[in-house]
Amino acid sequence: MADLVKLTINDRHLEVPAGTLVIEAAKRNGIEIPSFCYYEGLALQAACRMCLVEVEKAPKLMVACTLPVAEGMVVRTETPTVQQARKSMLEFLLSNHPLDCPVCDKGGECELQDMVFRYGAGESRFTEQKVHEDEKQWSPVVFFDMPRCILCFRCVRICGEGMGVNALGVVNRGVLSEIAPNKGDHLECDECGMCIDICPVGALTSGTYRYKTRPWEMEHVGTICTHCSNGCKTTLGVRNDKIIRGNNRDRSGINGEFLCIKGRYAFDFSDHPDRLQTPLVRTGGKLQPASWSQALEVVAKNFQDVKQRGGRFGVIGSNHTTNEENYYLQKFARQVLMTNNIDHHRTGDVLTLLDALSGRNEALATTQDLYQSKAILVVAAELALEHPFLSFQIRANYRHHQAHVYAVTSQPVREDKTATVIVRAAPGAELSAVESLREKLKAEPELIILYGDAIKGDGVRKLVAFGTSLGIPVKYVPLVDYSNSRGAVDMGLMPELLPGYQPSQAFGLTWADMLASEDLGALWVIGANPLKNAELRARNAFMVVQEMFLTDTAQIADVVLPAASAYEKSGTVTNVCGEVQRLKRAIQTMGAKPDLEIIGLIAKEMDAAAVVGPWTSDSVFEEIRKNVRGYDVPVAMIATGGAAQTMPVNGRIAVESRTDLIRSTHDNLFTSGTLGRYSKMLNSVLERRLNYH
Amino acid sequence: MTFSPELEAKFDKLLKSYPPGRQRAAMVPMLLFAQDEVGSVTRELVDEVAKRVGVQALQVDEVITYYSMLHRKPLGKHHVQICTNISCLLTGGEELWKHACAKLGIGHKEVTPDGRISLEEVECIGACSWAPALQVNYDFHHQVTPEKLDQLLDRLRKLT
Ligand code: SF4
Ligand code: SF4
Ligand code: SF4
Ligand code: FES
Ligand code: FES
Repeated sequence: MADLVKLTINDRHLEVPAGTLVIEAAKRNGIEIPSFCYYEGLALQAACRMCLVEVEKAPKLMVACTLPVAEGMVVRTETPTVQQARKSMLEFLLSNHPLDCPVCDKGGECELQDMVFRYGAGESRFTEQKVHEDEKQWSPVVFFDMPRCILCFRCVRICGEGMGVNALGVVNRGVLSEIAPNKGDHLECDECGMCIDICPVGALTSGTYRYKTRPWEMEHVGTICTHCSNGCKTTLGVRNDKIIRGNNRDRSGINGEFLCIKGRYAFDFSDHPDRLQTPLVRTGGKLQPASWSQALEVVAKNFQDVKQRGGRFGVIGSNHTTNEENYYLQKFARQVLMTNNIDHHRTGDVLTLLDALSGRNEALATTQDLYQSKAILVVAAELALEHPFLSFQIRANYRHHQAHVYAVTSQPVREDKTATVIVRAAPGAELSAVESLREKLKAEPELIILYGDAIKGDGVRKLVAFGTSLGIPVKYVPLVDYSNSRGAVDMGLMPELLPGYQPSQAFGLTWADMLASEDLGALWVIGANPLKNAELRARNAFMVVQEMFLTDTAQIADVVLPAASAYEKSGTVTNVCGEVQRLKRAIQTMGAKPDLEIIGLIAKEMDAAAVVGPWTSDSVFEEIRKNVRGYDVPVAMIATGGAAQTMPVNGRIAVESRTDLIRSTHDNLFTSGTLGRYSKMLNSVLERRLNYH
Repeated sequence: MTFSPELEAKFDKLLKSYPPGRQRAAMVPMLLFAQDEVGSVTRELVDEVAKRVGVQALQVDEVITYYSMLHRKPLGKHHVQICTNISCLLTGGEELWKHACAKLGIGHKEVTPDGRISLEEVECIGACSWAPALQVNYDFHHQVTPEKLDQLLDRLRKLT
């Protein structure tokens, strides 16, 4: 523990670690010092002068946001001089502020409003004409209203330091200073919206939210982003069953306030006009609308028929559905349809890693570890584009703790900017290139290794052997694609594995085998699009698809059942680091049902409800906690919006796995499988069409 | 972008004058030297300097728009900077400024049509003891009177 320093603030005696800033010392002890430009975690700026305080023996007011505590320091934050200084600062800020609060997006949650309300003067002595500039659109995401800007430079710093993008700057000087985008009149950037949400006032607004609502008219629902595997918490602002915005300003969840464009803005697939809202049944060769009861009856009857004549089933699950849905689906397949022919699109080699670690659960890194580990090695992965939050954590670690970052990739990556050593290797040769870092890594006190889908099977074993040979504590992150890719493997959506990595007795068909099988009797696809780039050999197989949209796969189905999205259901998902988090239903889409309920209703129709049990997410999660190794996580932790890491294995996993089927789709910041195709925001940004890095 | 060997040598020296990783510190002198050679801070020059010191072009723009001695548009061959700050103001700087504008028919940061002379109204140039003062490119002129200014401008017009 760092040395403690004694000081007094407003006659309270405090002890805080040496090096603490006065503003932080006050905050941690419940004393507010107002600030605009000071922002925890970002470089100090001292631009706004809102935080002035009186310090005994100092000749003038001091800036609390850059002043470190000193032994015996006596600070006063509420003296008449300080109060007057605050009033003057606010009067000054307002001298060129348009005060268009009634129409400003930020109205009601604006820091300037709050400060003026609390500390400000009600009158202004300025009669000068205000500088006006019209609002500018810098991208489909980012709009800038210059007169509202108070020049705190939070946006510039979060984009440069936080995102590593540096797309914003400040041009000109004095009263003419203004924030400017990197391409003159527009932005070419991550379009993450971090700058918008961090802006204390309404100077930066988003194409999604601007002029849509007043903040107090929304309900705020904290759930988990449904796009990539990083598992960021996103707080959805909902009004009249419609999601109006996403952000995480309350910093709850593993990601704090980080979100990429997908978590912040790509919820808009949920009310896309092409959303399926009624079941479709093929009649007379065409998919026709039907009622739920008709559709379920057709499914049940055909499943029974195939079962009775001993036909083959194929079940393809999803990387997006909840753990509960995945568990329930495999239970249905194995205990009602009596088949192990169940699979999903595998996007990274988790299985070999767990086998190679054979029970060393402490070698599985959490997202928090990425912020704290002394050293990080990225192998064959483009984190900034494909794992935005993990990349953010590593940058923050470098900034705050000077972590050593090593990047072994075939292309330049954003991690290069923070890297101690950069190694460029030909695609496929990354693993052997890691060897060149041996001596350097050996000297590190600890290490986390993240690896992409190019490293699989034996590659993973070699990587683990390499890690072990370093003689230091090493943790791993096997990178996977979607919001619940990890949960799909954990829950046994695999022909060779039961839930919890138990080998299945008889191996079933992989999804590739199912599609190639001549005599498949029925194919049941839940939230996946396997026929996007493949053909179904058994043209006569009875085919059921549960989907949000009429995908390539759904188009040739016999029955299509409209499924709810992640934002329309409860349940849990497991992120890339094996952290389980809970979804919370934000909206309801008419006609669509959660996959869990759909599977339950099919079971009921087949008189098998008793076999699979009740289809509420809580009861299925209880079953998972009991039966799936590693998922015995504290319920309270998850229920209160926290993340709990699973400890999936305690030994070798004796099974031959088809690692050749592992393939990441390498969705980047602006794509997200089927969901991405139906997100207007993701489709509208320029960077999607550029070779953006 | 290519520069003269002399300028390249200056750049090399500048980039080596700062500790590793701090090369951006060379940005302002590089811009000033390059501006003299190129005539103005062009888009191309911004990109080139950004590349050489390892920052984004936007960060060079921040610097250019901050400092008034970096110009995006070419100036006249002789850049006449007249001080109208306090000492010069009290001793006739303002009149000099007006006189120059009227005589040349151009204003602040403008260039005569033949491209020979440009004018700029500047803040204190540190020559208060000899006010009113003005500067032509890097040369100072002290205790300027309207007559002296006339002679100077006439000379500049003819000078090659
Ligand atoms: S949207 Fe993100 S990347 Fe773009 S300017 Fe704002 S903070 Fe930077
Ligand atoms: S745009 Fe917002 S965040 Fe950026 S400097 Fe202005 S007030 Fe601060
Ligand atoms: S990083 Fe992944 S989980 Fe986080 S907001 Fe982006 S897409 Fe969603
Ligand atoms: S918060 Fe201290 S100067 Fe802005
Ligand atoms: S005021 Fe003109 S040189 Fe100082």
